[in-house]
Amino acid sequence: MKIKRSRGERVFSVFNYIFLTGIMLICFYPVWYVLVASFSDSSLLMQYSGILLKPLGFSTEAYKKVFQNPMILRGYANTMFILIVGLALDIIMTSLGAYFLSRKNVMFQKPIMIFIMITMFFSGGMIPFYLTLKNLHLTKTLWGLIIPFMISTYNMIILRTSFESLPDSLVEAAQIDGASHLKILTSIALPLSKAILAVMVLYYGVSIWNSWFWATAILRDREQYPLQVILREILLNNDVGSMTTGVSAADQEAVGMTIKYATIVVATVPILCVYPFLQKYFTKGVMIGAVKE
Amino acid sequence: MQRWIVITRVNVTLKLVTSETAVLVSEVCFHRREGFHMNNKTFIQRAKKDLRRNRALYLLVLPVVIFYIVFHYAPMYGAIIAFKDYTPSLGVMKSPWVGLSNFTRFFNSPYFFRLIRNTLLLSIYNLIFGFPAPIILALLLNEVRNTKFKSLTQTITYLPHFISMVVVAGMITNFCMSSGLFNDIIVFFGGERSPLLQNPNLYRLIYVASGIWQEVGWGSIIYLSALSGVDAQLYEAASIDGAGKWKQMIHITLPGISPTIITMLILKMGSLMSLGYEKTILLYNDATLETADIISSYVYRVGLLEQNWSYSTAIGLFNSVINCTLLIITNQLSKKISDTSLW
Repeated sequence: MKIKRSRGERVFSVFNYIFLTGIMLICFYPVWYVLVASFSDSSLLMQYSGILLKPLGFSTEAYKKVFQNPMILRGYANTMFILIVGLALDIIMTSLGAYFLSRKNVMFQKPIMIFIMITMFFSGGMIPFYLTLKNLHLTKTLWGLIIPFMISTYNMIILRTSFESLPDSLVEAAQIDGASHLKILTSIALPLSKAILAVMVLYYGVSIWNSWFWATAILRDREQYPLQVILREILLNNDVGSMTTGVSAADQEAVGMTIKYATIVVATVPILCVYPFLQKYFTKGVMIGAVKE
Repeated sequence: MQRWIVITRVNVTLKLVTSETAVLVSEVCFHRREGFHMNNKTFIQRAKKDLRRNRALYLLVLPVVIFYIVFHYAPMYGAIIAFKDYTPSLGVMKSPWVGLSNFTRFFNSPYFFRLIRNTLLLSIYNLIFGFPAPIILALLLNEVRNTKFKSLTQTITYLPHFISMVVVAGMITNFCMSSGLFNDIIVFFGGERSPLLQNPNLYRLIYVASGIWQEVGWGSIIYLSALSGVDAQLYEAASIDGAGKWKQMIHITLPGISPTIITMLILKMGSLMSLGYEKTILLYNDATLETADIISSYVYRVGLLEQNWSYSTAIGLFNSVINCTLLIITNQLSKKISDTSLW
């Protein structure tokens, strides 16, 4: 039986679609603007005022300048190093913790759980954390951006929830066959939690890719800067001088503008490319994380 | 092929066991029998037994525990420098105690009121405008019947969440420049060009609005999942009884997702004073310090930039204490009023 919709409901429905389309435009337009502006001719863009729907002229000049900038390439390389090594360590540590917390009949499990949960509500603060890193000689090295951030408690609890839902009989059977815990973790628990592992890789990956603060706090050598720190210099400190050499003084500002937009695109494209395909995994993590303790 | 033996015991569930591991089985059974007399054993005996039995498991979790000690508990211990006059050469232990003087210095500082006011105001605006936004978006999305349109809207509204803070701040900065997009729009509506990010009166608007822009879609996910859990029969029954869309929303939908709303509200209230520093550090400048500077960004400047270790730690600690108090108070309040609480 289909319940006939009243007139009021139809009116609401139309308004709802219009409103949501508006929201979509607001969310999407700034991203589109950046993309379009980055391909625009810099002098045309400078004179233009108003809403931009397609590139003004077409020029890849800004991208050429961006890819010729050794600092951006260096930053890319540093970020990739942190990403690959960091992801591996993050996943190993997180699954070790999650596996322990998901086991049954372990006497000190609850105290350890509380010990871990406390850190979600209390922390020493920015300065003591920095001093700790300094004492451990984790400043001035890329490892300082990897090791102290290996475990996100939130992610570990998501993974634990997933491990807990594994059938007990499976784990017990393996145990009775003489499999060690490490073996059970690597050949039963992890392979059966592939979807959640994808979520973990994405969450850790995005947070590594986007992080910048601690890099500015602990690194001194510009050669070690990850991409986001370079980006910050270019976008916010207006440090485009190195890329606009050979450009006449009058065009400096205009070219600088397109370079900035091109840099944003270059730094954001990897995430925006994978995102639509992996969206369902991203949202899955939120749902599991929402399950109350 | 391995042979399987079935062992059953009273009170013990059916188990499938291979013959080679019979020893292990007897151990397991022995342990279960022991379990009935657990109360007679001392804690230490039980602990010893558990550590022996689960030794492999504890070894697995050891690196994790060490991680938490080194990177979470050591800094907590390090926070005692808030009560000391810390100098790196003396270290945490040997630096002299100074009591509460770092705290009184902050309370008497000319920036104290400005920092508290800015932090509170930004948080409250965030709460008033940023908290209902994802709920409204979720409610509207829930009414959409065209699944393609719905998933397209979701994909696009989640997108800004994944853009890095540096890029978001860079976009805001560029759009706010005199020649930027926002000024083009202002001129289109008959206004005048001005550098928007240099205007302290506009800072809060820019901060809060960009925050909503970035997180509204992502924040709606949790409410959408709560909405999908509301019993569809209730809507059917209500519409047969003649309840319109609006009445259904007030009497079915909102009560249905209210535990989620309240849980999120407790979390929000609890973090009222713990505004992150990243966005502030990226967006503020000397012109907007008056409205933009918040406690955490001040800690960053005084601590990391000026290396006033003890003083900045004291400010951070003061902030944490307020956060904890707020979290506990809101949790207790909500327990009393609505039976929903975090613990």
